[in-house]
Amino acid sequence: MVEFKTHEHDVLVIGAGGAGLRAAIEASAQGVTVGLVCKSLLGKAHTVMAEGGMAASLANVDSRDNWQVHFADTMRGGQYVNHWRMAQLHAQEAPVCVNELESWGAVFDRTKDGRILQRNFGGHRYPRLAHVGDRTGLEMIRTLQDHGVHQGIDVHHECTIIRLFKDGERTVAALGYDREKGRFRLFRAGAIVIATGGIGRAFQVTSNSWEYTGDGHTLAYDSGAELIDMEYVQFHPTGMVWPPSVRGILVTEGVRGEGGVLRNSEGKRFMFDDIPDNYKAQTASDPEEGWRYTQGDKDARRPPELLTRDHVARCIMNEVKAGRGSPHGGVYLDIAWIKEKLKDAEQRIKKKLPSMYHQFKELAGIDITKEAMEVGPTTHYVMGGIRVDPDTQQSSVPGLFAAGECAAGLHGANRLGGNSLSDLLVFGKRAGEYAAKFAKENSGGKVADAEIQDAITEALSSLERQETGGENPYEIQFALQKDMQALVGIVRKQDEMDNAIDIVDGYRKRAQKVAVHGSREYNPGWHTAMDLHNLLTVSEAIARSAGSRPESRGGHFREDFPDKDEKFGKLTTVVNKGSDGSMQLRHDPVAQWPDELQTIIDENQK
Amino acid sequence: MTEVTFRLWRGDKSGGEFKDYQTDVTEGMVVLDAIHQVQAESAGDLAVRWNCKAGKCGSCSAEINGNPRLMCMTRCSDIPLDEPVTVQPMKAFPVIRDLVSDVSWNYEVKQRIKPFKPRKPDNADGTWTVHQEDIDRVQEFRKCIECFLCQDVCHVLREHSKHDEFIGPRYFVYTAALEMHPLDTEDRLPEVKEAYGVGYCNITKCCTVVCPEHITITDNAIIPIKERVVDRFYDPLKRLFRKLFAKS
Ligand SMILES: Cc1cc2nc3c(=O)[nH]c(=O)nc-3n(C[C@H](O)[C@H](O)[C@H](O)COP(=O)(O)OP(=O)(O)OC[C@H]3O[C@@H](n4cnc5c(N)ncnc54)[C@H](O)[C@@H]3O)c2cc1C
Ligand code: SF4
Ligand code: SF4
Ligand code: FES
Repeated sequence: MVEFKTHEHDVLVIGAGGAGLRAAIEASAQGVTVGLVCKSLLGKAHTVMAEGGMAASLANVDSRDNWQVHFADTMRGGQYVNHWRMAQLHAQEAPVCVNELESWGAVFDRTKDGRILQRNFGGHRYPRLAHVGDRTGLEMIRTLQDHGVHQGIDVHHECTIIRLFKDGERTVAALGYDREKGRFRLFRAGAIVIATGGIGRAFQVTSNSWEYTGDGHTLAYDSGAELIDMEYVQFHPTGMVWPPSVRGILVTEGVRGEGGVLRNSEGKRFMFDDIPDNYKAQTASDPEEGWRYTQGDKDARRPPELLTRDHVARCIMNEVKAGRGSPHGGVYLDIAWIKEKLKDAEQRIKKKLPSMYHQFKELAGIDITKEAMEVGPTTHYVMGGIRVDPDTQQSSVPGLFAAGECAAGLHGANRLGGNSLSDLLVFGKRAGEYAAKFAKENSGGKVADAEIQDAITEALSSLERQETGGENPYEIQFALQKDMQALVGIVRKQDEMDNAIDIVDGYRKRAQKVAVHGSREYNPGWHTAMDLHNLLTVSEAIARSAGSRPESRGGHFREDFPDKDEKFGKLTTVVNKGSDGSMQLRHDPVAQWPDELQTIIDENQK
Repeated sequence: MTEVTFRLWRGDKSGGEFKDYQTDVTEGMVVLDAIHQVQAESAGDLAVRWNCKAGKCGSCSAEINGNPRLMCMTRCSDIPLDEPVTVQPMKAFPVIRDLVSDVSWNYEVKQRIKPFKPRKPDNADGTWTVHQEDIDRVQEFRKCIECFLCQDVCHVLREHSKHDEFIGPRYFVYTAALEMHPLDTEDRLPEVKEAYGVGYCNITKCCTVVCPEHITITDNAIIPIKERVVDRFYDPLKRLFRKLFAKS
């Protein structure tokens, strides 16, 4: 028998990004005991990397903004397969959540009259993103962290959850190990909130950190919860492409919001050539109008560079394919050109985009106030995830809640920039509130010792094999990432996706033979071995879901079905684990919204 | 492409030693890439802490050829590659394993500092009116990514191990951000003088030099805080003035 330590909390939150921290703070405010577990150190979660801002219709910069417009923008961006109720709650509650951050010490950039400043972002009709230069995520996580540590929350950092346990139907405990010593820990709880973020590490080129291995998706799935919309992966149009070691690192959309333009190798602003019909009425007719928009002219319409991310990413791919790309397989993103318009352009760029300035200066040796950047698409965000009740964030498993990037519904087929950070606050708060409520009504579940020992034995199996030898976990991970990028990436085809399902199956067999060297103490090889199961599970879910949708919509683009199909526009893809352990897939109807919301959508089409 | 020797510290609390690993360095690579390559090729269990690989999370702090740096923001082309590149964990903190140090002390220090306490909202909708020029300085401090490199380099911690009496430059930046926050109403100056040990700092500016966020720690945070302490506790005239006019 392997030993483990037991911790008891009313609510256990897995993940300490924006969603997890907000959930923990809320649960604690409801008067229950809260444990917060995260893989990395507190304050280092992925949220720290967010740059551009958080969307909320504060209407500080343009008084025409309100929740209705934000709701309509989110639904249009998501191609109407979003869960309408989440989109509604999100638009309604985001402003309060942003103001609340300020009351906890966040220091946002200001308007001239001393209110929170908002900037333009793709797909948002009005300047809507509250921000702090291009380090909004840092401001958000630090504010939540510094507030949260005084709320009596027990933080277990550098601890990874590997299994959830149920008593009957209800989730009652989670098993994890600490990185430092590799000791196992059992967390018993009345309710569990999963807030583990995304899956970007299933792909080769990504803006995501090592943490994004789809752990929460997999924990929930293995526990019987449903995952939806897994075919919708967002490829952000602008990642760095050179030098190779930084390929994928994000270049914030804020660059385009501040007036940056995309050009091909012929110097042409190609985005003007392909503007989708449903955005024509809102898009600038010439570069001059686009420039005025970025400078706050309320009569101007936005430049085509600020169309939704899926569209811009594909336009970039097309330029590269047509041989009009930059030397390293991207296109040019130019913010330096604004010196033609502004005397203080250099100062302005450094003030508004300081981390982009440093990122390029330090990693690529490029001064963005003088030269254009080379950029190309990078795997950025997963719209799909754990299916939740829109009001309570409870998954299909009682006692198991989810919030943030690992939960699904709000963004539909494509997320608008800035809608994630606000998502974390609105639904993190709700998850914390309802998890606390659930925990007050339910507690004291049982877990069989044998189940715990089983999970531990499986976790240790790769270390056990170090004498006999076996597969290298890093090799399997790299190979999987490469295949997923090639076969289920930004442009998809049926035979390639079918092939991917077989390939994933092959890797699964190899993963069972992984051997790692060393001990349980801070051993990344061992951690990588354990992450493989998660990466393989989400890869399979993405490949199967994508293969089941013969149309193109949002983040899901098919070369063999390049258009939208109305029939599929009314369906949501659902996967869950069958009783034989295999992945089951079905299509459910998209929840239909009430008439008054349809009226809002119609009014905002104009 | 060049083959480079990386001399990495391997070990744990009970001791350790430098070991040499060869790996190929290609254009644009940063030190963290090289470490990952070594990990994948020849040392699967090499412990290293990192997250964002973009200089934003402050996880990958270490000493490269003796200099406290972020591994993900140190380009191999900026260091001499014809001799072994040494990488070791931060010296001012206990080691956990290999390149990973135990930074938990920093979290404990922060916990002790009185949190933000805002004044009542200015406006009926619960918001405040604050102008950009009043927050420029605070925003500089809030760029901090908590990499703890400044803590690592400060001799008060590094050489004199005054961890119990001195909170270190990172937390003077934090305290300054709170004290200069236009909405904050808390008073932390008595602690700054006593428990935080601002007197130990002799303004060597080593912290400012290593800060990857280019925060002017000494000039903008520590010196103004020292001045406030002097004003409050050592200036007899001011003290008398305060006594006479203090609100009762
Ligand atoms: C470079 C970049 C820029 C972005 N910019 C923006 C932006 O400007 N605006 C916007 O709205 N969105 C932006 N996004 C998206 C947004 O940042 C993320 O979607 C969001 O931060 C996710 O937050 P989260 O709370 O769901 O998860 P995260 O912040 O990723 O936190 C996940 C947490 O779960 C923990 N965890 C994971 N697995 C386990 C496990 N097995 N056991 C224990 N703990 C675990 C991790 O340690 C971590 O603490 C950006 C994303 C990137 C990559
Ligand atoms: S200036 Fe002060 S805080 Fe900074 S390194 Fe020197 S002694 Fe330490
Ligand atoms: S002040 Fe600078 S060096 Fe110190 S922890 Fe913050 S970012 Fe790092
Ligand atoms: S890995 Fe985040 S700062 Fe280096």
